[in-house]
Amino acid sequence: MPGALLEVENLRIHFPTQDGLVKAVDGVSFSLERGRTLGIVGESGSGKSVTSFGIMGLHQGSQAQISGHIRLDGEDLVAASPARVRELRGDKMAMIFQDPLSSLHPYYTVGNQIIEGYRVHHPEATKQQARQRAIDMLDRVGIPQSAVRIDDYPHTFSGGMRQRVMIAMALCNDPGLLIADEPTTALDVTVQAQILDLISDLQAEFGSAVIMITHDLGVVAELSDDILVMYAGRIVEYGAAADIFARPGHPYTWGLLASMPRMDRERLTRLVPIPGTPPSLIRVPPGCPFHPRCRYAHLNGGRSETEVPELRETEDTGHLVACHLTAAERAKQWALLSAGQVPENVRDTVPQGGGEA
Amino acid sequence: MVTFIIRRLIGTVFLLIVVSIITFAIFFLIPRLAGQTTYQLAAQYVGRNPTRQAILQVEKQLGLADPLYLQYGRFLKAIVFGAHYRAGPEVTYCPPPCFGYSFRSQLPVWPQMVSDIPVTLSLAIGASVLWLIGGVSIGVLSALRRGTLFDRFSMGIALAGVSLPIFFTGLIALELFSYKWQIFPNVTYVSFTTNPLLWARNLVLPWIVLAFLYAALYARLTRAGMLETMSEDYIRTARAKGLPERKVIVKHGLRAALTPIVTIFGMDLGLLLGGAIITEVTFSLHGLGLFTVEAVQNQDLPEILGVTMLAAFFIVVANLVVDIFYALLDPRVRY
Repeated sequence: MPGALLEVENLRIHFPTQDGLVKAVDGVSFSLERGRTLGIVGESGSGKSVTSFGIMGLHQGSQAQISGHIRLDGEDLVAASPARVRELRGDKMAMIFQDPLSSLHPYYTVGNQIIEGYRVHHPEATKQQARQRAIDMLDRVGIPQSAVRIDDYPHTFSGGMRQRVMIAMALCNDPGLLIADEPTTALDVTVQAQILDLISDLQAEFGSAVIMITHDLGVVAELSDDILVMYAGRIVEYGAAADIFARPGHPYTWGLLASMPRMDRERLTRLVPIPGTPPSLIRVPPGCPFHPRCRYAHLNGGRSETEVPELRETEDTGHLVACHLTAAERAKQWALLSAGQVPENVRDTVPQGGGEA
Repeated sequence: MVTFIIRRLIGTVFLLIVVSIITFAIFFLIPRLAGQTTYQLAAQYVGRNPTRQAILQVEKQLGLADPLYLQYGRFLKAIVFGAHYRAGPEVTYCPPPCFGYSFRSQLPVWPQMVSDIPVTLSLAIGASVLWLIGGVSIGVLSALRRGTLFDRFSMGIALAGVSLPIFFTGLIALELFSYKWQIFPNVTYVSFTTNPLLWARNLVLPWIVLAFLYAALYARLTRAGMLETMSEDYIRTARAKGLPERKVIVKHGLRAALTPIVTIFGMDLGLLLGGAIITEVTFSLHGLGLFTVEAVQNQDLPEILGVTMLAAFFIVVANLVVDIFYALLDPRVRY
């Protein structure tokens, strides 16, 4: 896709450890255009955060082995020098994190921390200009009395307000790409919606591309244009949000959907958890990494256990799914599932696989 | 911030009073509880082979038989306002802070201690500058190069520094640098105002020996602190902003890691000002430490009392300074 702001191609991020090579991200490709939002979904340890840290170049200095390409505005960040990536970081791409309290330095005022981020990329700006910029940003993210609050320390703000400060800090340089790593996980439910609204408002205003990382499908349903479902460091499903919610193609996505409470349906069915635990990233199961926990893997005549499924376009919507199930089988099972019925021929008990002691 | 300081000052005065009560109790109450009579107590104040009459006179003179609260009142009054002692027909005035007269020299204790303070002060300040610079920088470098040869080597040296006692390192240093190679031949105290150069040259050896012990401690503390802060979320935020790594380390990492070090530094310095006993004995420097040792060896009660109060005073003041500093460094502590 030429013209995309961010193109990630066959990204692999591996960490050598004493126990073996951790393949945290293993061949991930996607692209994102300006003004659009990509939701990356998956359980803990599926490689969502590692991917985003890789884009930001935050693995530098660690033992991480990174290969593939990350192109931001055509510039390959994997091949770029650390100094160049640092220049881009905070300027062309910015990030907000899960816990806004621990992500802000307790010893400096919020103004100090925003101004610092602005001036490092605008060395020509005077202190007064930078301060005015910080006040404007705090205003924009909805901090009341921003001209006064700018001189307060993070511990005097509430959780939601702190996350607003983080957003102001991230957007003060008008970055083309904003990565939000579970931005609402540490917040009250009532505040979560406000923060998500704020992010999408600001996205419309600044025209930036947003990567929303979450394990909450409700969050991506609200905000995302595209959805990327990750499992064990790989993509299992990728496509337009509307397509994925209408016709999800991967049993893992089905599992995520079934474990999410829905307000638009009657409470006919129970919430169904996905059995088992995510696999060790050192010894990823052979074949489809999800097969030990999959209730349909036995329908593929052993291919799930031996052959790694490739991402292929589905017949109905044309989005990408990595699964060995045939189109007909998939359509049949999803039809049953979405109607709230028990799917056919499923395995009840699933061998516990991959869960590392 | 001002109210914070005022509150702390009031607390410090209160603490000093408590310290004086405890010190008083140790010297005048506990011997009594242990069965010592005031006559025996008085006997300590009279010279060798005293007559019974002399002892009784001292007992009366010092009011040792009076109720304790009266004695404590006099003790405190002498420290704050000075005291008048009647020896026969003549009355001598002991100016404040009066801790009485030394048994040995028959001179007031306070001026003697004051003359020893510069030695201890020079020793403590010089050494603390060395160990702060050395310990903290080695600790930071070790943390940033964790697991490298530099880290292992410096932490090995630090372990040695923490474990080796000063009378060992001090004697080795004296033997090598003072006697054998004659690099620092004289380790005697020369007043700074007399000759700053000689002052420094003569103190280099004790400074290094004392600083070695503390630098080792501080290197380990700083390393641990840096490793902890550098894995904090706000360090990741600082990097995500695109700050240069040096700024991330110094402004965000070191700033947070140094705060607990400041606390420990204040307490260590306060403790040292009361006398770096082992260092002073090893190098025969006549500071408060050696003063204390001699006082104890001679069972010179007024001297021991005086030096105890002075050492306690230094620690209490160091505590106050640390508290104020901490509030300046960490905005969460204020109010």
